Amino acid sequence: MLISGAKIVVETLIEQGCDTVFGYPGGQVIKLFDELYLCRDRINHILTAHEQGASHAADGYARATGKVGVVIATSGPGATNLVTGIATAYLDSVPMVAITGNVPCSLIGRDSFQEVDIVGVTMPITKHNFIVKNISELADTLRMAFKIAKSGRPGPVLVDIPKDIQVAQCEFEPKNQPVIPAPIPFAPDDKLEKAAELINAAERPYIYFGGGIISGKASGELIALAEKINAPMGCSLMGLSAVPSDHPLFLGMQGMHGHFASSIAEDESDLIIALGARFSDRATGNKNRFAQNFKIIHIDIDGAELHKNISADLGIKGDIKDAVARLAELAEAKSHTEWQQRIAELRNEEKLRTEKALQASYQKSCENCSNSCGRNGLSAEQKLRPYDIIDIISAHAGDSVVATDVGQHQMWAAQRYPLKKPRTFLTSGGLGTMGFGMGAAIGAAIATGKHTVLFTGDGSFGMNLNELATAVSQNVPLVIVIMNNGVLGMVRQWQTLFFDKHYSNTTLARQTDFVKLADAFGAKSSRVFSKDELETAAAEAFAYNGTYVIDCAVDCDEFVLPMLPPGGSIDDIITDIK
Amino acid sequence: MDQYVIGVIVSNVSGVLSRVSGMFTRRGFNIDCLTVGETESSGFSRITVAFRGDDEIKERIVQQLQKLHDVREVEVLNRNETVIRELLLIKVRNKAETRQDIMTAVEIFRSKIVDYSPNALVCELTGETSKINAFIELLKPYGIMEMCRTGIVAIERGDNCLKTVK
Repeated sequence: MLISGAKIVVETLIEQGCDTVFGYPGGQVIKLFDELYLCRDRINHILTAHEQGASHAADGYARATGKVGVVIATSGPGATNLVTGIATAYLDSVPMVAITGNVPCSLIGRDSFQEVDIVGVTMPITKHNFIVKNISELADTLRMAFKIAKSGRPGPVLVDIPKDIQVAQCEFEPKNQPVIPAPIPFAPDDKLEKAAELINAAERPYIYFGGGIISGKASGELIALAEKINAPMGCSLMGLSAVPSDHPLFLGMQGMHGHFASSIAEDESDLIIALGARFSDRATGNKNRFAQNFKIIHIDIDGAELHKNISADLGIKGDIKDAVARLAELAEAKSHTEWQQRIAELRNEEKLRTEKALQASYQKSCENCSNSCGRNGLSAEQKLRPYDIIDIISAHAGDSVVATDVGQHQMWAAQRYPLKKPRTFLTSGGLGTMGFGMGAAIGAAIATGKHTVLFTGDGSFGMNLNELATAVSQNVPLVIVIMNNGVLGMVRQWQTLFFDKHYSNTTLARQTDFVKLADAFGAKSSRVFSKDELETAAAEAFAYNGTYVIDCAVDCDEFVLPMLPPGGSIDDIITDIK
Repeated sequence: MDQYVIGVIVSNVSGVLSRVSGMFTRRGFNIDCLTVGETESSGFSRITVAFRGDDEIKERIVQQLQKLHDVREVEVLNRNETVIRELLLIKVRNKAETRQDIMTAVEIFRSKIVDYSPNALVCELTGETSKINAFIELLKPYGIMEMCRTGIVAIERGDNCLKTVK
């Protein structure tokens, strides 16, 4: 059958199992959007307010489902607006296919209107990218893009399609099933046996896992291993949701803003079993100090991660699900009574420290607060601390997917939110993209069809709040919780600690009324100052089948604790600030 | 620091050199030289990269190269089992008082004079990097006007091959 390039794109997307795409039309994809219009009963296109929002939505859709997220944008500015979204997906290993239009082949290289070399621009932030200059290669190129995106360690792939290729006609043979990911190499027996020996010999083993457990669907195997060797587990930011937060062996996130017990236990252990994690600088702090006391077994699907950030004593490349399952078989069952006693002590100490910080915060006067948060008249019990906000929202949210933006609110959510199953915590871990949350939450809500929660700050929300328009137009069930402290809190926290309280450009002094703003966009909203008010608002928000903004007043001097200073080590851990 | 030589077989497609060289830049790996050319199969090119570093850097470079979609084969070449060559073209001043010395150097190094004009001589030399360096040093006093060298290409001795298709 002879069909146009644009139709080949749409037919190939459908063939690859794609039912929803996110995007924004423009001059060089007008033909592609014409085909999307004609096929609108077979594939759903979500129009966003900005291409960046579309890229984060495709990312959120992929994180929530494990499927490949697809985003479409026009040439030039449309394509460059995807860049932050693609880089975000790349750093967090999210499978994504980005399709961009470009000027006709005859105009390429002449600085034509809205021309940009997007293949050149995105080369370092994609697993691979293509420009299709021959229509006969179009369908197979798209199939290859899907294959690369989901094979091995997932990631984004970009396909640039000049306008004349979309218009040209070519024979198209649909395939009857999506491409199968490339086979994953299995970890070699001898290395797993060596790993089991190290585990059997260890007295204080600690499992450090990352996002690889989620993308490798290895949660069950991980828990089985931890339970058999009775080892505590901690994770990187990307590992959150792989294991239920209330699992008795789970100590929570470790690292810069990790749980006290988790970070200390990691430091006191004699063997780190790192699974699907990459030892980012936020997870390790000072690398020389980090590896001092323990041996490291590092298992990852990406061989390039082994010995990249940390020299492991044993690096094993292989499929994580298979490797952890075999490791659990090889390892001897242990009780590690002494080690577990020490863990219990650490948990206890963490509880005391957290409670102390909480009480201090309740007692604290808000008089110096630059944000007119109006909390001064409240009794101590009614004041909203960040953790209270997380607790109240989570009590209403059930098994909702939670998305975050980037900053203090992100860390509070990461520390506190009780997660139950994988793919329910969507956050920009590697790139730390402020403005990620709105798009990601919309993508997740559309993917799951259920209420999605977004925790954001007034800084992050300000970056992409235009996507409120998308949420309302798509009638997305979204609960947006703004932790509004009137400052760029994370940078302010650093300025307090390391820059003599020089609050350079972190005091927002904006007069934005988020309630009026939400109203103008057609969303419901309320501003809350106390716990009771938040309770009422949360009940209303989750009962409402649409987008609801809760603007929560937060003190500008709330800190994210504990904190390991950047480049510092566990010895420098800060658990309270005078 | 040792110098390593890596042979890389890549698909012969547009942009492949950018992908490989871009990876070195992006990851902060410094290289001595990089050459690219055709192979016995039309669909593939061969890149030879030389760099200085330790074993750990070498391993990281190999791993990162293997992740690139267009890279088909990566091999660290054992210097003792490898023929390594580089081509030099060098232009020196043609003066009556030094001409004979230059001719002698050319002869001893088995170089060739490939262009002769009243004011300049162009010599061609093939060999290992150390030989090329020695020749350049030797010609310096006579006035080097311009020079260019290709960077190294390398191929294993015996019947070991960096296969284009496995």
